Amino acid sequence: MAGAPNGGSASDDQDRLQVHAEGGHGAVPTAGVPIHEPGGPARDWPLWEVFVRARRGLSHSHVGSLHAPDATMALRNARDVYTRRQEGVSLWVVPAGMITASSPDEKDQFFDPAADKIYRHPTFYDVPAGVDHL
Amino acid sequence: MPVLATYALRLGDDALVLSHRLGEWISAAPAIEEDIALGNIGLDLIGQARALLTYAGEVEGRGRSEDDLAYLRDERDFANVALVEIPNGDFGVTIARQLAFSVYQLGLYERLQGSADATLAGVAGKAVKEVAYHRDHAVQWVLRLGDGTEESHRRMQSGLDTVWPYVDELFDGDEVEQSLAAQGVAVEPAGLRGEWSASVEAVIAEATLDQPTPRWRSRGSRQGIHTESLGLLLAEMQHLHRSHPGASW
Repeated sequence: MAGAPNGGSASDDQDRLQVHAEGGHGAVPTAGVPIHEPGGPARDWPLWEVFVRARRGLSHSHVGSLHAPDATMALRNARDVYTRRQEGVSLWVVPAGMITASSPDEKDQFFDPAADKIYRHPTFYDVPAGVDHL
Repeated sequence: MPVLATYALRLGDDALVLSHRLGEWISAAPAIEEDIALGNIGLDLIGQARALLTYAGEVEGRGRSEDDLAYLRDERDFANVALVEIPNGDFGVTIARQLAFSVYQLGLYERLQGSADATLAGVAGKAVKEVAYHRDHAVQWVLRLGDGTEESHRRMQSGLDTVWPYVDELFDGDEVEQSLAAQGVAVEPAGLRGEWSASVEAVIAEATLDQPTPRWRSRGSRQGIHTESLGLLLAEMQHLHRSHPGASW
């Protein structure tokens, strides 16, 4: 899992990935993520973001991240770490370095303009009964 | 003890002892993801052990529970094969042991699903999916370590060499399995050997490793003649229950 202790030392701390996006589960590293170097000690394993579909009809949701030497092992680690309590029916793993994240520096220009556009919300008609997950 | 109870105990003790060994990896595996993977496999095995020991106690008919059988028997009363009790060694030894045992157990449970005994068939039917994953986990690691770096190759080979003297014993069997197999209840382990060898040899070859050729083999564990390490394992596994009989939380 991201940021998990792996017997780290001071020099490991200096090597630790820089995480640039919003905190919590939205955090994804945007630079320095090794994605083409399988093998080596665990702390050198690339980082993978994990998405779980909880049941049919729902989208895959981001649940967290983990380290694995390659995609095959990443799927297996994801199965063990994130679905061992029946959380899902399908798994995606994505190399964290392949995700392009918005930057906190661009937060104002990206997101603030949406705040006062109430006319963009479909709040003026009733959702028919039986339509879930809208 | 009725032969059916002895048989359930043999299968249950294999699962129980190996689950304890895998539990020893928690917090010590090469990565936290692997702590969880090995812990999960251990928990699957504990589930199997609970069902099998409970059944052994019922068939025996002396009122012994799964806990009585797990925690209050001594070393000589344990019927597991030596393979599952040998120390974890490094990750290569553990993965070699996982490969040998999970391929054996998968073949066993696949057949035991058709047992004339409904309880054994039920346990096997549930466990077969779990063990298919255990085998996959072991195979993936053998391939990566064997066909990995120079050091990982050397240590994976060393793991196979350490574990292989204990393999033959998996397939021994005696009159317990023979008499129950005649009734369609048990699986004779000797019949699993061909499929096991083909499956394991293919993995070893693909991993660029060499098939070990051990010069000795273990015997007698099913009859309670164990290696030194089982006693140490049981001391750790049983001491809490024996120090505080009946304690619960």
